[in-house]
Amino acid sequence: MIEGKNISKSFGDRLVVENISVTMEKGITNLIIGQSGMGKTVLLKCLVGLLEADHGQVFYDGRAFSKMSFNEMKEIRQEIGMLFQGGALFDSLTVEQNVMFPITMFTKQTPEQKLDRANFCLSRVNLENVNKMYPSELSGGMKKRVAIARAISMNPRYLFCDEPNSGLDPQTAHLIDELIKEITIEYNMTTVVVTHDMNSVLEIGEKIYFLYHGKLWWEGDKNNILHTDNPELQAFVFTSELTKRLKPVKGVRG
Amino acid sequence: MVEMENLGLASVGIVAIISIFMGAVLAIQMAFNIDTPLIPSYTIGYVTRQSVELEFAPTIISLILAGKVGSRIASEIGTMRVTEQIDALEIMGINPATYLILPKIVASMIINPFLIAMSMILAVGGGWLAGIFTGLFPSAEYIYGIQSFFHMYDLFYAMVKTIVFAFLIASISAYSGFYTKGGALEVGEASTNGVVYSSIAIIFMNLILTQLLLA
Repeated sequence: MIEGKNISKSFGDRLVVENISVTMEKGITNLIIGQSGMGKTVLLKCLVGLLEADHGQVFYDGRAFSKMSFNEMKEIRQEIGMLFQGGALFDSLTVEQNVMFPITMFTKQTPEQKLDRANFCLSRVNLENVNKMYPSELSGGMKKRVAIARAISMNPRYLFCDEPNSGLDPQTAHLIDELIKEITIEYNMTTVVVTHDMNSVLEIGEKIYFLYHGKLWWEGDKNNILHTDNPELQAFVFTSELTKRLKPVKGVRG
Repeated sequence: MVEMENLGLASVGIVAIISIFMGAVLAIQMAFNIDTPLIPSYTIGYVTRQSVELEFAPTIISLILAGKVGSRIASEIGTMRVTEQIDALEIMGINPATYLILPKIVASMIINPFLIAMSMILAVGGGWLAGIFTGLFPSAEYIYGIQSFFHMYDLFYAMVKTIVFAFLIASISAYSGFYTKGGALEVGEASTNGVVYSSIAIIFMNLILTQLLLA
């Protein structure tokens, strides 16, 4: 479980995240949603420690992450997997080397063991015969899957995903969502996903935090998001033609 | 080793070409300026060697390397920054500065003295070839000149400059790339800044080191 308590972050005079408290549960996919520029990614980066919050604290299973020394933080970071928006694969390394990278850095496994683990992780994300390819030779969806394979290579306890579906076609986006959901259950991880994709929200939103202008505006899950009375959330949810058709008729709860 | 190959061996060609022509031009200019029989023609060899050894090889070649290697380091690290590869390293618990920058600084400081030594030899050789092809000065006199009044300390001075300049090139360019924010445009800016600032630093440090070591 990851807890963020009273997190605030500003850049210059601009307050981007304002006094937000969240609890990310273990074994489910926790979503942070909202329009672009509402502070989702900044909150995620504060939770994961890529940005230092101006106020507030982050706890990883009760361990105060924000107050840790570099070495203590390093230990927790080895329990974290992160899927970046663009994949963030290392350009100079092959797919196989990318997946083996964390194992090489932090374990003393033999080359054969590392390769076995990399192959297992790649097969887990349904990727075969790409071991020797470079990231530049892969499609967007494949890059995301390699990034997921790298993220799970060290059996992480926490998985962070920053807009995992951005730039993907609906079918590939669905596959990625399914994969995130499956590995969350399989590894019993605490998964945090930042997204503004309503399909993802309805597919994997087991716990949802909606941010609006840097504030926590609403929290719930995929079952009650369609029945919200919150006007800002309604505006976000029922923007596309597809979701407009899902809008429940007043008084009828589906 | 990989960094030494990327930063050093990849620069052998450009350093070799520049050095040969630099030495040749230097020797020809010297020959044209010495038009009195009172100055022996072996002076051409001696002055060419001294100029190359003290200034041209360590400083000019380092400035060339600031352009070639500096832009490479800044753009490589800058691209890694804007594509979140550095964030990925940080998330894994790896210190990105230690992992990315330190090997480049160490590799530059090890490989650049070899490049500069090669440059010195080729530049002096270039001067000799210029003499052969133009007939402006006798080959034997030139060879006698390059062997005359040699001081080991001059070589020490050149190598100290080279190592300091290598540190400046790698560290300033890496810093410039590491703190890139934005996208492709900013990576280009970081690359330019890396080259400009490391070149300026080289010129200033050249003055300081010369004052310290030769004055």
